[in-house]
Amino acid sequence: MDNLLWIFISALLINNFTLAYFLGLCPFLGVTGRLDTAFRLGLANIFVMLITAICAYVLNTWVLVYAPYLRLISFIIVIASSVQFVEMAMKKFSPDLFRALGIFLPLITTNCAILGLALFSTNKGYGFVEGLIYALGAGGGVTLALVLLAGIREETRILNIPDVMKGTALHLIIAGILSMAFMGFAGLFSA
Amino acid sequence: MIDQENKNQTAQEFLKGLWDENPVFVAVLGMCPALAVTNTAINSLAMGLATTFVLVSSSLIVSSLKSVIPKQVRITTYIIIIATFVTVVDFALAAFTPAIHKELGAFIALIVVNCLILGRQEAFASKNSVGLSVLDALGMSAGFTFAMLCIGIPREVLGSGSLFNIALFGDSFEPWVVMILPPGGFLMLGFLLLGFNWYSKRKKERAVINEMNI
Repeated sequence: MDNLLWIFISALLINNFTLAYFLGLCPFLGVTGRLDTAFRLGLANIFVMLITAICAYVLNTWVLVYAPYLRLISFIIVIASSVQFVEMAMKKFSPDLFRALGIFLPLITTNCAILGLALFSTNKGYGFVEGLIYALGAGGGVTLALVLLAGIREETRILNIPDVMKGTALHLIIAGILSMAFMGFAGLFSA
Repeated sequence: MIDQENKNQTAQEFLKGLWDENPVFVAVLGMCPALAVTNTAINSLAMGLATTFVLVSSSLIVSSLKSVIPKQVRITTYIIIIATFVTVVDFALAAFTPAIHKELGAFIALIVVNCLILGRQEAFASKNSVGLSVLDALGMSAGFTFAMLCIGIPREVLGSGSLFNIALFGDSFEPWVVMILPPGGFLMLGFLLLGFNWYSKRKKERAVINEMNI
């Protein structure tokens, strides 16, 4: 149990996918203009990551032991198609959820955070439950980073910022400071 | 005359990737590796070269096969082609330079989802001849490697006081450790973009002033 909690907290805060591993930066910089969009994107991320964890476990257990060189190709294709499949099922059975997450799902599938999750949890040798907890933590961490940056960006809109500073440069510097703040979590479990 | 124009266009396809359409500074593509592995100059160079190999080979294959690939499944096809070359690079690096491979870790595999590579296949290689596509890929990856070094060299110099693992300063140097940690990547790219914006803005203003004088 302790181990699972550790995996969750580590993925959520200490090794935050966005702020410590630089994964999923495209949406991080692109879609964080508004708080509610960022939050929905984060939820969609958690959702896709859970599916990814399941796919990665299935592939690792039954396919890739025989053909390890197919790892990259099979991860990408299987994850992309399962997300597509779940998206269709969701559209049919839960249109509300589909409206909330829908447009983001295909975008996220080719995001490096998703493939990164599959690769990292394979490298760490996580089993089924551990993989799911890891996905939940990583997705939560991405959501946290997205929401934080979107919140700060909304505030910066009323500030008087020099022209050359506007846009990506400013967002990267904000992200740098956020990332520094997250480094503080590194000592969380050593005590 | 036509020959001259052709030559100019060819050179243009190569040069645009270096500066005018630099993938990292202008298009802000391929950010994940640009920040994740640029804590030393050697890692930046290795990542740049690995990306170069993947981009050039995939452009070569995609532009040669463009008439065969069905339009509906083109993206999937591109990804399979890219993933194949990334697997090649991954295994080659593991065999020849295990130390670097270990440091770059999963980020070699993550070249697959570098939007720069898929972007060039969709925007350029699928529409142009083999020669031009390879040139475009070479230019873009040269621009990418250049940007990686622009981020990697100052980070290593400030963060560990060395360049390509050769110590630059004496013992009195106090390393600015945060530069080789994750926040340093964000800050360094932020400041580089700031400089880039400032330079382009000044260039534009100068052009306006020149026009007025004429």
